[in-house]
Amino acid sequence: MTQQGVRWTADQVLALAPDAASRKAGSKLGAAGPWSEAGSTDEGTVWGLCRGSGSRPYRTVIDIADSTGPAYKCSCPSRKFPCKHALGLLLLWAGEDGTVPRGQVPDWAEEWTEARKKRADDKRAASAAGSPASGDPEAARRRAERRAEHITAGAAELEQRLADLLRGGLATAEQAGYGLWEETAARMVDAQASGLAARVRELGAIPSSGPGWPVRLLEECALLHLLDQGWLRRERLPDGLAATVRSRIGLTGSADGPPVRDHWLVLAQYDTSDSRLTTRRIWLHGAESARPVLLLSYGAAGRAPELALPVGLALDAEVSAYPGAGQLRAALGEQFTPPAPTTIRPPGVSVAQAAARYGEALRDDPWLDSHPVTLGRVIPTPDGDTWQLADADGELALPLTPAALSGSGLWRLVALSGGTPVTVFGECGHRGFTPLTAWPEGPGEAVSLC
Amino acid sequence: MEGTHMNRTPTPTDTVSTDTASADASGGSRWEELVTAALLGTARRTPSGIPAGREAPTALLDAAAVETVRRRAGMRPGRAAARVEPAPADPRPLLPPAAARRLAMLLADRPGTGGGSGGRRGSAPDLMELLPQWLATANRRGFAPRPEALPSLLDAARGRTDLRPAVLAFAGPRALWLARLNADWRFALRSTPGGGAALPGPGEPDRIRELWEEGLFAERVALLSGIRARDATAARELLATTWATERAEDRLMFLDSLRTGLHAADEPFLERALADRSRNVRATAAELLSALPGSALAGRMAERAQSCVAVDHTQGTPTIAVEAPHECDPGMERDGVLPKAPAGRGERSWWLGQLVEAAPLGTWSRRLGGRTPEEIVALPVADDWQGELHAAWCRAAVRQRDPSWSRALLGVPAAPEAGGPGAVSLAERAKLLGTLGAAERADWVAGFIAVHGLSEAFQLLGVCTVPWSGPLGRAVVDALNIARDAGSYPWSFSGVMGLAERCLDPSEAPHLETLTAIPDEPENAAPGAGSYWAESFQRLVTTLRLRAAMQRELEEE
Repeated sequence: MTQQGVRWTADQVLALAPDAASRKAGSKLGAAGPWSEAGSTDEGTVWGLCRGSGSRPYRTVIDIADSTGPAYKCSCPSRKFPCKHALGLLLLWAGEDGTVPRGQVPDWAEEWTEARKKRADDKRAASAAGSPASGDPEAARRRAERRAEHITAGAAELEQRLADLLRGGLATAEQAGYGLWEETAARMVDAQASGLAARVRELGAIPSSGPGWPVRLLEECALLHLLDQGWLRRERLPDGLAATVRSRIGLTGSADGPPVRDHWLVLAQYDTSDSRLTTRRIWLHGAESARPVLLLSYGAAGRAPELALPVGLALDAEVSAYPGAGQLRAALGEQFTPPAPTTIRPPGVSVAQAAARYGEALRDDPWLDSHPVTLGRVIPTPDGDTWQLADADGELALPLTPAALSGSGLWRLVALSGGTPVTVFGECGHRGFTPLTAWPEGPGEAVSLC
Repeated sequence: MEGTHMNRTPTPTDTVSTDTASADASGGSRWEELVTAALLGTARRTPSGIPAGREAPTALLDAAAVETVRRRAGMRPGRAAARVEPAPADPRPLLPPAAARRLAMLLADRPGTGGGSGGRRGSAPDLMELLPQWLATANRRGFAPRPEALPSLLDAARGRTDLRPAVLAFAGPRALWLARLNADWRFALRSTPGGGAALPGPGEPDRIRELWEEGLFAERVALLSGIRARDATAARELLATTWATERAEDRLMFLDSLRTGLHAADEPFLERALADRSRNVRATAAELLSALPGSALAGRMAERAQSCVAVDHTQGTPTIAVEAPHECDPGMERDGVLPKAPAGRGERSWWLGQLVEAAPLGTWSRRLGGRTPEEIVALPVADDWQGELHAAWCRAAVRQRDPSWSRALLGVPAAPEAGGPGAVSLAERAKLLGTLGAAERADWVAGFIAVHGLSEAFQLLGVCTVPWSGPLGRAVVDALNIARDAGSYPWSFSGVMGLAERCLDPSEAPHLETLTAIPDEPENAAPGAGSYWAESFQRLVTTLRLRAAMQRELEEE
C-alpha cells in the first residue's frame, strides 16, 4: 500500500496532545500565520519554522513513521511532549491547504532524523546480538529466586489477612476503611508483587462504592485468594496459566512471542492515570489474523506516554505477544509503513456472542474484568437512568458500564447512531460494556468515543 | 474452571455484578449463602459443604472464587428496552472533510475545554470568535454536520445564547432528537417552536388554524412571523380572526410582527388598532401607520407638523422658524402622540418632536420651498430649535428608511463636527447608516475614519457589511498603522482589532505582512509597544488566513 498523499485528520492529531491545554494551544498554531519553510516527505517526516515570541523561530520536526509512534523534536523550551508547535505543525500538515508541501528535508531536520535512524539501527543490532550482558545468568537466576521467595511470603501473608477478614466478617471492612488496605498494599510492594498490591488497593475503595458493595468485595477477595493460590501452586499449573498467574502477580515477562506481521487497525487509545503513573492502552485489530492486541505504554504522572497511534488508521507492522494464556498484550515491533487511513473495519458480533466471548476468555484468565469485542448492528438505547446497546435484529441488549455513562463519548455514540444500527468496538465484561470506538452503518470514518 | 462454559448460570443482567433473584435456584442460593456468611464472618456463620481439612474462611474463599468466575462466565445479555424512534433524516449534504476538521478545531477552542489561556491574547487567533462566521457560511451553503459533532455543537450553544439560532439551524433535526434525550440540551427544544416540529406550510390551512388557536404563545408568534414573511396579507387576516379576544400583551407582540412586510393594505387594520384599549398597542399601531407615508395618519401628522415649521424670509438669509404646538389635543393623542413629557423636557418640544418624527419626510420639500433634503438640513434654524428638529428628522429617516434624508443628515464624513449637525449621536449615525446601501455605508465610514481616526469608529464599523469593502478595510488598517506610529499601545484599539480580525476581507492578508515585523521604537513611544503591535498584526494576519481557509473549505463540494 502506498502512502502517497495520505494525511491524518485533526482529531487524530489532537489525540496526540498530552493534555487539554496543549490541545488548545496546538489548535491555535494550526494555521499558516506563524509558519514558514514548512514541508513534508512521503516517508513521514514533517518540518517547519514557527515564529514565537523570541527573535529566532522555533525549528520543529516530526517523524510520523517512527516504529514507536510519532517522534518529535522542537527547539522550543516547552517540557510538554509533543509541544504545541509539533501539534500545530501536524494540524497544518493534516489540513492539506498547501502550506506543508512535499519537499526536500532541510539539513537541520535531516540531522535529527539521521541520528534517530542510527540509534534505532544500533539498538536493533544490539538486540540481534543477544540481550546486553547483565551479569552472569547464574546471578540472574538467584535474583529471580530471591524475588519469588519474597512474593511467596507476601502471598502467604495476604492469605492470612483475607482469612482474618472472612472470619470476622466483611461488615468490619466498612469500619476499617482505607488504612488497613493501604498498609497491606505497602507490604505487597515490599514483597515485590505489584499486581497483588494494586488489587489490594482496589479492595480498599469497594466498601464506599455504593449499594451492593459486600457482593463486590467478596468477589474481589475471592479472586485475590485465587491468585494467591495460583502463585503458591504455580508448579502444578499448565504452562500458559502459570504464565498468566505470574503476569497478574506483577512479574511481567518479556514480549518474546514470535513476531506477527499484519495490517493492524488502531481500534482505540485511552489513558488512565493514578497519582504515580499514566497508563495508555491501545487496542489493535489484525486485518488478516483477526487478532485483538493490546499495547501498553506508560508515562510519569501528568505526562503523556510516548507511544501514540491515531484511532482509525492502520499500519503494516510486527507485534510480539507477552507470555500467558489469554493475554492479549503485545509489544509493537518493526513498523513497515506509517499509520494511514484505511477502510478496514473489524467484523461485528451480536451481543449474545459478545457475552459468550468474555465467558470463554475467563477460561484462560479468570481474573479478566473485560474482553475486547466489536458489536455489529447495535442501537444505543436509553433504559431508565442508564443506556444499553441493543441488537438491531434481536431482543437482547448489554448494559453500558457506569463509567461509560459519565463521559462525552456516550453522546457522540448516540448522535452517530441517531436511533439506527452502528458498529461499536469496546470492552465487554462483568460490569457491562464500555464503548470505545464506533462506525456508522454506511461508509464513514471511525469515531473515537474515549 | 472446567464445566463453567457448559453450565451457564442465568444471572440478572441489568446490573450484572450484583446478584438479586437468580433464575437458577441452586447457583443463586449458593452464592447468597456465601455472601451472608462472608458478611457475618465464619466465626458466626459457617457455610455448608466445607471439605475436611480446610479452614472455614479459606473454604469460603475457595467456594466464592468458583462462584464468582461461574457467575461472570455465565453472564448473559438482558432484554432490550423500548427502542427510541430514529432521528428524522437530514436531507442536506454532509460537510466536506476539511470543513468538518475545521469545525472540530473551532469547537475545541471553547472556553472550559482547555487550560487557562485567559489574559493576554498573544499572536494566536481567537477561534471561538470565528464560529459565528463559520456557521453563517455553512448554513448559507446548506451543509449538514457530521452527527458525532452534534454534542460539541450543542454544548457550545448551551454556553453562548447568541450562537443558538445559527447552531440550531446548522445542527438540524438530529440535534433536536438528541436534545430530547439529554436534559442539558433542553434549551434547544425551547428555542425551536414546537420542539422542532416543522411549522405548517401554506398548503395546510387546517394545521395553521389549529396551531393558531391552540398553540402556545411562542409557537403562535413563530407561526405568525413565518406566514407574514411569505404572505403578508394572510398573516394579517389570521391575526384579525382572533384579535378581539387576545390579551393586551399578546396583541402588542402580534402587532409587532406586522413590522415585517408592512404595506398600505395594512392601514385599515392598524387604524382600528388606534382605538385599542391598551395604550402600548395604540402607540405601536400609530408608529406603524406613520411608517406608511400614504396613510391617513401620516397625512394628519404631516399637516400638524407643517403647521409648526416654516421658512422665514424676513431675515437676510432664509431661516427655519419653529412654532411648537401649544397643546396635545385628543386627535393627536389618538394618533399616538404621548402627552406627558419625560422629566426635564419641555412639553411643547416633546410634542413637536413626535409630530416631526411621524410626518412623512416627503412633505418637507413641498413645505419648505421645493428644497432638497441637503438644502433643508443646511438652513439655519431660529431660536435654538435646530437640535430638536434635526433629531426628529433623524428618527423619521430611520423609521421611514429614507436614504436621501439619511445622507443629508449624516453630511460629509470629513466634516469637522463629525458627520452630522447638532444632536446626532454616534448611535443615531449608526442607525442612519443602516438605511444606506452597503457600499455607500462602507465609503462613508471609511471617510470618517480617514479624518477622525478609530477612537469613535467602533459603533459605525458594527453596521458595515462583512467582509469590509476594499476602501473601508484600507482605511482601518491605515488608521491602525497611524495609531502604532503615534506610540500608543495596541490594546487601546482591541475592540477595532477584534472587529478587523472578523470583518476584514481575507484577501487583504498579504498587504498586512509588512506590519507584522517588530519596528524600531520611536523616541516617544510607550515602552515595548512595538512588539505588542507586531503581535497584534500577526494575530490579524493569522486570523485572516484562517478565515480564507475556512471559506475555501466550505466552498468545496
